[in-house]
Amino acid sequence: MSRNPYVRPMSKTTWYLRNGRFRIYALREVTCLLVGFYAFLSIFALRALWQGADSWNAFLASQQSTPMVVFHAFALVYFFIYQTVGWFQLAPKAMPLMMGEKKVAASTIVLGHYLVWALVSLFLLWFVGVI
Amino acid sequence: MSTRQLELEILRYDPEKDEAPYFQNYSVPCQDDWAILDAVNYVKENLDTTLAYRWSCHMMVCGSCGMMINGDPKLTCKTFVRDLPDKVRIEPLENFPIERDLVVVLDDVIEKLQRVKPYIIRKDPAPENEEFNQPRSALMKFKQYTMCINCMCCYSACPQYGLNPDFIGPAALALAHRYNIDSRDQGKSERLDILADHDGVWDCSFVGACSEVCPKSVDPAAALQQMKVDGTMEWWKRKMGFPGGDS
Ligand code: SF4
Ligand code: SF4
Ligand code: FES
Repeated sequence: MSRNPYVRPMSKTTWYLRNGRFRIYALREVTCLLVGFYAFLSIFALRALWQGADSWNAFLASQQSTPMVVFHAFALVYFFIYQTVGWFQLAPKAMPLMMGEKKVAASTIVLGHYLVWALVSLFLLWFVGVI
Repeated sequence: MSTRQLELEILRYDPEKDEAPYFQNYSVPCQDDWAILDAVNYVKENLDTTLAYRWSCHMMVCGSCGMMINGDPKLTCKTFVRDLPDKVRIEPLENFPIERDLVVVLDDVIEKLQRVKPYIIRKDPAPENEEFNQPRSALMKFKQYTMCINCMCCYSACPQYGLNPDFIGPAALALAHRYNIDSRDQGKSERLDILADHDGVWDCSFVGACSEVCPKSVDPAAALQQMKVDGTMEWWKRKMGFPGGDS
């Protein structure tokens, strides 16, 4: 009897369409595009700030146009779903806590993350004068 | 007990005759309490004796009956007919070469399981003529990683292993972690060179698919993330000239 194993190749370009788990993973990784966009945006903001009051005000106005507001809102929701929820869900795996002989429940660790997140958000809102 | 007719679509491949695998259909009268493995056994016993597949224990212990059930890697002895639709597609575990029909070639992962040095390594001699005591809390840290039955469902679910077959992969890395965090082991820095290589933990992008499909709740994804943290600490320690921590 001869061996002749058959290899099923994995498509390098469409593998993430294979199942739901892979699709969610791909959608999470896509957030890197948004991160890249915001990195560029901060550079533009810094440049405007450096060029003086007029450019800075123009920059601020450009961010308040309807398309930009829609985009920022979309990015916020997208980040929330695929970064905040996604990573917080995974946090207990990366940092398991032991209380004596027992593991701290995963849900407790996740809840802790949301709590810290809320506190940091409140601080930031207070810091920029919104509340 | 009621029976239900299930249409099984089974991937067939004969290495001596076939150019490529193809699906063959079988209609199987399944009883309510059957696992899908019973349905495959029915095919073998009553419809087609040429069908090749692996199984042994029928009780989630041997780890040999993993297959793709409607696209998900599962133990066929743990997947029940009553939870499945009338049409069930059965394929050999994905990301592995097909030896014949539902049997896959596992040589690669067997080698990887050995490569990570899955045994207790001691630098100081172990206590002689007395028990090597370990507090229960130390056991609880790694116990879940000892539950792995090497079914390789996690490798089938892992996109990184599919894309880069050199990736050591979830079960072997989780096994290495099991020894790294065993309080009796002193081999962590010895394993680090294997684990922190680019085919080691850093090839994992934390998809978490491995943990979702694991039939024994081993949670290999957790082990891998903890190893990333450990590996980074160790790297810094070495950079700063501290001796490696081996406990
Ligand atoms: S970690 Fe789970 S899925 Fe992977 S080989 Fe072990 S038991 Fe199977
Ligand atoms: S968490 Fe890592 S090892 Fe597990 S499926 Fe994802 S990439 Fe693979
Ligand atoms: S037959 Fe042994 S695990 Fe399924």
